[in-house]
Amino acid sequence: MSPEATSTTKIETTVELPVSSDSIMTKKGPQYWRSLDELLGKQEIDALVHREFPAQVSDVLDPVGRRNFLKVMGASMMLAGLSSCARQPDEKIVPYIKPPEYAVPGKANYYATAVAENGYGMGVVATSFEGRPTKYEGLREHPASLGATNATTQAAILDMYDPDRLDTVLNEGDISTWKSFITAVAKGLNGIDTKGGAGLRILSGTVTSPTFGWQFQRLQALYPEARWHQFTPLNKDNVKAGAELAFGRIVDQVIDFTQAAVVLSLDSNFLHEGPAAVRYARDYALSRDFENNGGRMSRLYALESSPTGTGAQADHRVTVRYPGVETFARTVAARLGIAGCEAAAGAVTGVSDAWLNAVVEDLQANRGKAIVVAGPQQPAAVHALAHAINAQTGAVEAGTISYIEPVEVQPTLHGASLASLVADMNSGAVQILVILGGNPVYDTPADINFADAMTKVALCAHLTSARNETTRLCHWAVPQNHSLECWSDIRAYDGTTSLIQPLILPLYAGKSAHDVLNVLLGEDEIDDLNTVQAAWMAKRGAEGFPAFWKQALATGIITGTASPKATVQHKLQFPAHVPVEKPAGLDIVFLPDPTIGDGARANNAWLQELPKPLTNLTWDNAVHINPRTARTLHLQHEDEVIVEFGGKEVKAAVMMQFGHPQNAITVHLGYGRTHCGAVGAGLGFNAYALQQSASPWFGTNASLRKTGNTYVLARTEEHYNIEQSQIEQGRKAADRHLVREAALDHFKEHPDFAQHVAHEPSEDFTLYDPAEKKYDGYNWGMSIDLNKCTGCGVCVVACQSENNTAVVGKDQVLLGREMQWIRVDRYYRAGDDGTFDGDVAAVHQPVPCMQCENAPCEPVCPVGATMHSEEGLNDMVYNRCVGTRYCANNCPYKVRRFNFFKYSDHGAEQLKMMRNPNVTVRSRGVMEKCTYCVQRINIARIDAKREGRDVREGEIVTACQAACPSTAIVFGNIADPNSAVARQKASKRNYGLIADVGTRPRTTYLAKLNNPSPALQTAHSGAADNSHQSEH
Amino acid sequence: MEARIKTVPPVLKAVAPLMEDGHSHESISRAVSDVVLEMPMPRPWYATISVGLILLSILGISTAILFWEGLGLWGINNPVGWGFAIVNLVWWIGIGHAGTLISAILLLFNQDWRTAINRFAEAMTLFAVMCAGIFPLLHVGRPWAIFFILPYPNTMALWPQFRSPLLWDVFAISTYFTVSLLFWYTGLIPDLATLRDRMPKGIARSIYGFFALGWRGSARHWFRYEMAYILLGGMSAPLVVSVHTIVSFDFAVSVIPGWHTTIFPPYFVAGAIYSGFAMVLTIMIPAREWFGMKDFITLRHLDNMAKVMLATGLVVCYGYGCELFFAWYSGSDYERTMMWYRGFESPFAWVYLCLLLCNLVTPQFLWIKWMRITPIPLFIISIIVNIGMWLERFVIVVTSLRRDYLPSSWGTYTPTIFDWAAYIGSIGLFLTMMCLFVKFLPMISIFELRLQHHLMKRGEIR
Repeated sequence: MSPEATSTTKIETTVELPVSSDSIMTKKGPQYWRSLDELLGKQEIDALVHREFPAQVSDVLDPVGRRNFLKVMGASMMLAGLSSCARQPDEKIVPYIKPPEYAVPGKANYYATAVAENGYGMGVVATSFEGRPTKYEGLREHPASLGATNATTQAAILDMYDPDRLDTVLNEGDISTWKSFITAVAKGLNGIDTKGGAGLRILSGTVTSPTFGWQFQRLQALYPEARWHQFTPLNKDNVKAGAELAFGRIVDQVIDFTQAAVVLSLDSNFLHEGPAAVRYARDYALSRDFENNGGRMSRLYALESSPTGTGAQADHRVTVRYPGVETFARTVAARLGIAGCEAAAGAVTGVSDAWLNAVVEDLQANRGKAIVVAGPQQPAAVHALAHAINAQTGAVEAGTISYIEPVEVQPTLHGASLASLVADMNSGAVQILVILGGNPVYDTPADINFADAMTKVALCAHLTSARNETTRLCHWAVPQNHSLECWSDIRAYDGTTSLIQPLILPLYAGKSAHDVLNVLLGEDEIDDLNTVQAAWMAKRGAEGFPAFWKQALATGIITGTASPKATVQHKLQFPAHVPVEKPAGLDIVFLPDPTIGDGARANNAWLQELPKPLTNLTWDNAVHINPRTARTLHLQHEDEVIVEFGGKEVKAAVMMQFGHPQNAITVHLGYGRTHCGAVGAGLGFNAYALQQSASPWFGTNASLRKTGNTYVLARTEEHYNIEQSQIEQGRKAADRHLVREAALDHFKEHPDFAQHVAHEPSEDFTLYDPAEKKYDGYNWGMSIDLNKCTGCGVCVVACQSENNTAVVGKDQVLLGREMQWIRVDRYYRAGDDGTFDGDVAAVHQPVPCMQCENAPCEPVCPVGATMHSEEGLNDMVYNRCVGTRYCANNCPYKVRRFNFFKYSDHGAEQLKMMRNPNVTVRSRGVMEKCTYCVQRINIARIDAKREGRDVREGEIVTACQAACPSTAIVFGNIADPNSAVARQKASKRNYGLIADVGTRPRTTYLAKLNNPSPALQTAHSGAADNSHQSEH
Repeated sequence: MEARIKTVPPVLKAVAPLMEDGHSHESISRAVSDVVLEMPMPRPWYATISVGLILLSILGISTAILFWEGLGLWGINNPVGWGFAIVNLVWWIGIGHAGTLISAILLLFNQDWRTAINRFAEAMTLFAVMCAGIFPLLHVGRPWAIFFILPYPNTMALWPQFRSPLLWDVFAISTYFTVSLLFWYTGLIPDLATLRDRMPKGIARSIYGFFALGWRGSARHWFRYEMAYILLGGMSAPLVVSVHTIVSFDFAVSVIPGWHTTIFPPYFVAGAIYSGFAMVLTIMIPAREWFGMKDFITLRHLDNMAKVMLATGLVVCYGYGCELFFAWYSGSDYERTMMWYRGFESPFAWVYLCLLLCNLVTPQFLWIKWMRITPIPLFIISIIVNIGMWLERFVIVVTSLRRDYLPSSWGTYTPTIFDWAAYIGSIGLFLTMMCLFVKFLPMISIFELRLQHHLMKRGEIR
C-alpha cells in the first residue's frame, strides 16, 4: 500500500464519512485501490477534508505537501526517510524478481549523458552503482570532451548530493506543493491570456537545449506577447557583438588548435574557460607535442590584462592594461595591412617593438596556421579585429578557424536583454516572471537593481537548485532537478547535441525547466521525458524514432547535429579607436573566478577547496594586485581594504600576484554569496556589487582604502610572507631542477638535457640485492608530461571524486591540512628583466604519489601500514595505520595526507550515496595518499583474470588521467615495452622528481619545452642555458 | 662493598668534602629518614606539589579533549607532522639519562660522589621516562590501536615492522624503563628496611616492610645485594649510550635534510647527559635547601655535576659545529638551504639563536669556579640549559620538516594551546612524582651515606 493510502485511511477512522459509504458499498467484487481518492471519488473526499481541516487543506490533500510537512517536523527524520522523500514515480517500480543482467551489485554501470555548464553541454559518462551515480568521466565521442572533463564537470556530482539543495516547492518561503504552484501559475495566466500573454516573461541563462526552444516556440504560439530574456553574468556579449561588427550577424567560432603554428591570445583564457576549453586544451597540447607531431610545435603569445592559466603556458607573455589589448590588436591588424584599420598611435605600454615585430612576423610567416583568439572579456572591437586578422592570415581559408551558425537557441545580447526586462518590470509591464535557474538578484551588475524591480512583479517564480538570494524574493520557488535527475538535451560548443538522461529518481520533489515550461503551456501532466521525445519527434519525424532514441542515448550524442558552417562576409569596419586615458586611480578588471565561475557553484566544497591556478587560493576571492603596485600603495598581502569603484564600495582582502599589470587590480566574480547553503555563504566578497553594466569587465579610477584589519587568505602553500616565499620557491625549484624545461632549439641539440642536470644514483647503487625487487607480472608506473599540463586542476577534483577524499575547510587549509591526493605545484620564474615585478612566467607540475621504488615512507612505519606491493605500488593499509605520521615526514614529496580530524562527513546521508563504494572512507587518525586508483587496477585485473588474459594496455585509466584535457598523465604497465607509459618513460625528456635522493620514483615527468621566438631573447631560453651549464 | 673501597681515589683539590663534618651513622639515618617519617613538609613542597597537581590536571583534561577531538587540536600539519609531542619525548628521555649515568657509569667507575645524588637522580630518570612515555600515546592518530606496535601474537599473523626506528624506540625505551626501575628499586631495599624499622606500627610500616622484601642486613643479604646491584649497573651502563642513540635514529634514519645526519647518535647522547645533569641540578639545588641536605649534597657535588655539564655541553657544541660544517661541506642544496633557513631566515631563526645562547654561551660560565659552587647562579644556568636543550629538539624536529625538498610543500608550525597543555602537563606529572618521591622515600641512599661516612672517617675518601 502506498503511503498516501495509509494516511488517508487514517482520516476515515477518525471522521465519520458523510456522503457516500454507499459509493463504497456500490463497488463490487475484489477491488484494489491506492487511496481513498480513488475509492471514493475526488470530490467527496475533498469536501470531507475541507470541512474537517480547513487550514491544512493543501497539506493534507496533496501527498507531497503532507510528506514535506512531516519531513520538516523532525530534523532527524528528514534524512532517515530519504527514500520516501522522492516523489512516487508514475512509472512502475517493482523489486527485481528476475534481476536484469546488467545490474550486478557492486559493479558499476555506465551511462552516456551530458552536464550543462553555462548553457553548453559537456558529454560525460556517468558511473552508477546500484542506481546511485557516483562519478563523471568524459565521453570520448563528444567533441567538447574527447574523454576528458574539467573541474566544474567533475564537481557536478557533488551538486546533486548537496545537502543544502532546495528540497520542496516554496510559496512565500513556506512549504508548498507543485500542484499549488500549477494552480497559482494558471491563475496568473488567466489574467493575461486575453492580452496574448503580455506580461509573461521568462528569464533564463544561456540556452542551447533544442527541446527548450521547441517548447518556447509553442509558448510563443500560445502567448504571442510573452517574452524570453536571457542573462548570465558570464555571457558572451562581447563575442557576439564582435561577430556582429565583423560579419553583421552573430555566428559562432570554432578553432582547430591542432593546426596551430602560432597562437596569439588577446586576454583569452581559452585553455581554462569557455564551453570548448577542454577540447581546445587537448588540441593545443597536440600542437605542442613536438615528438608526436612531426617535429612541429606551436608558439603561444599571450597579451594579458590579468594573469591567467593560459598566459602561464605562453612562450611569450606580456601584461598590459586592459585597453592596451585593443591598441595592440589594432596595431597588429594595421601592420598586417587589413583595410579599414588604422594603427593606434604610439606603442602599447609594456609591449616592446621587438615583441610586436615577432608577433607580426610569426602571423605572416605561418599562413593558415596562425590563430588570434580574443577573450570574452575584451570589447567587441577586439573580437572584430581578431576575426579580421584570422581572415587576413588565411586561418579561416585554411579551415583552422571556422564559423558556424549560432549554437544557442536564441542568441541575444544578455546585457541588453536583462536591461529591457528590468525596465519592463519597473514600468509594471511584467505580471508573471518565471526565472529558470540563475540568480539575478546576486549576479547582475551593481547598477541594475533587480531586487527592487522584482517587487513590481505580481508573480515571481524561481526554478532553482538552492534557496539563493533571488529565491528569497520570489513568490514561488521550485526545486530544480540536477541533470542526473531529469531528461533534457543540450548542445556543445560546436552544436553537437546530447541527450541528458536521468540516472536516479529526483532526490527531492524536483522539476526541470521543461516541466515549468509545460506548466506555462498548460500541459503539466506531460513529464520531461515525453517533452524531450515530443520535441525530437517534431524535429525529425516519428519514423524510426525508437531506434534513433536508443542510439542517441547509447552513444551520448545525436549524430549530425553539429552546427552547419556559416558563410560570412567580413565587413572590415572597425569603430574608431577611443583611447582610454590613464586616470590617477587604479584600473579594475573583472574576471570569472577560476574555480567557482560566476558563483552559482559557490556551495560546491570541491570547487571551493580546489586551489585556483596560479594563486593557489582556496575558499575566497581577493583583490589581486602586483606586489610593486601594492608597495607604492603601502598595502600588504591580506590587508583588508575597501574597494571603491563607480560610487560603490566593497570590503575585500588584498592578494599579491606576480605577473599582474601595474596600477591595476583584478577582482573575481562569484563570491560574497549570502544565501547558497552552509558551504558557500559568507566567503569572499561580492564583486558584482562593483560591476557596471555599461562596461562589465573593466573600469578605471578604482581605489583601495585600508581598513586597518587583516583578512587571512587560505592558500595551499606556505603561509609566510607570500612575496618572499613565492620568489624563494621559484628559485629553489630552479636550483633543484624540479621542473626541467628547455627551449625547443636547445632541446633539438640536446634531446637528453633533462637527464643531465642532476646526478641520480643508479639502480644498483644499493646495499641490498637489486634482484630483490623484481617484478614478474605487472609493474605500474605513471608519466606526466609537463609540456602538456596547463595547471587547470581537474585532476585534483577528479581524484577527490574517485577516491572519496574529504574537504577540510578554510581553517584547515590555512593550517596546511588539505587532503587532496594530487596537487598541482606552481612555481614562478623571474621575467625577462630578472625580477618578479613584471612579466613573470609560471610553470605547473601535478604531483601525485611517486610510488617510489625505494620509498622512504615504507621502512619507517612501525606497524607496516604502508608496504610495497608485488606490482610495485606503494600500498596504504588504512586498517593497520596507527597514525604516527612518520611516513609523511619522511616523504620527500610530501604527498601523504593525514586525517587530523574526522574530516569525512560520516553524517549526511546524501554524501554517503555519492561515495565510490570501492574506496574506503577514511576516518580520523589515519594516513592516506594516492594509490594510482588501485581500485581501478583491481577491477581490471579481476576482469582480465576471469577472461584468462592479461590486463590490456589502456584498460586501466586513473581518475586523474581520465580527466586530464591535455592528456598530460599516462598510466600503465611499464613492464610492457609497448605500453604508452613505457614509451613515454623511454623518452629522453623523462626524469624523476628529486630522484637524486635515491627514491627511484615510479611517477616520472617529461621535461617541458618552450618554443620562444628566435627574435626574442627570453628567460625561457635563459633557463635552458642554465641547465646546459650545469650539465657540463 | 669491599670491592669498591679497595682503591683510594687520587687526592683531588676538592672544593668541599663529600659530607660535612659532625655526622654519625645515627644522625645520617635520622636526617634522611626523618624527611619521610617525622618532618613536616616544608612550605615550598606544598607549593611545588600544588603546581604539579594543577599542571597534571591540565594534562588530564587536555588529553581527554585530544582523544575526543583528534590530533588536529595540535599545531602539526602537512610538512610538519611531528611537533611538541616528539620534542617533549626526546627532551624527557634525554633528561632521564643523567640518572642512569650517575648511578651506573659512576658506580662502575667508582666515583664516590655519586653516593649522595644517585637515588635522587635515578628517581628523576624514572619520572622523566614516564613523562616521555605518555607522548607516543598522545601523538599517534589512533591511540586505541597503538598496541599494533607491539610484537604480540595475533590471528592476522602480523608482526610490527622491524625496520622502523619507532619500533626500536619501543624496545629501547621500555627496556630503559624496566632496567632503571629495577636498578632503583634494588638500591632502595636496604633503605626501605631502615624506614620499616624506624616506623611505628601501622599500614605504612607494612607497606614499607612488604617492599623491603624481608631485608635484615645479614652478610648474605649484603653479598647478594652487592652482586645484583653491580650486575644491574653493568646492564644499565650501555643503556646510557644506546637509548638516546636509538631515539636519534628516528631522525638519522630518515631522508629529511637536518635529520639525515651521522653525528646524531653521539650528539644526542651528549645532549641527553647535558640536559639530564641540568635537570638534576635544577631539582637538587632547591631540594638540598628545603630538606636540609646541604651536609650531604655539598658544594663538591654541585661542582662535579657542573663539570660534567660543561664537558657534555662542549660535545653538544661540537655537534652544532658539525651540523653547520657538513651542511656546507655536503654541497647539497637541500642541506645548505635547510641550515640557512634554520639559522638565519625562517621565522624560527630566533629559536636557533636562543638555542645557541642557551647551550653554547651559557655553559662557558661554568669555566669559572665560583659559578660552579654557588647554588643560585648554577641553578639559573641549569634552567637555561634545560630550556636550551628543549629548543634544540624543537629546532631539529620543526625547522627540518618545515622546508624540505619541494618548496611547494613548505609550511610552518605554530603550537596551539593543546601543544602547550601537553608540555606543561608533563612537567606537572614530573613535579608531582618528584614531590611524592621525597615525601615517601629516602631521597638519599642512607646506607651508602653511612658507608661513605665510615670511609671518610677512615680517611679512605674525603
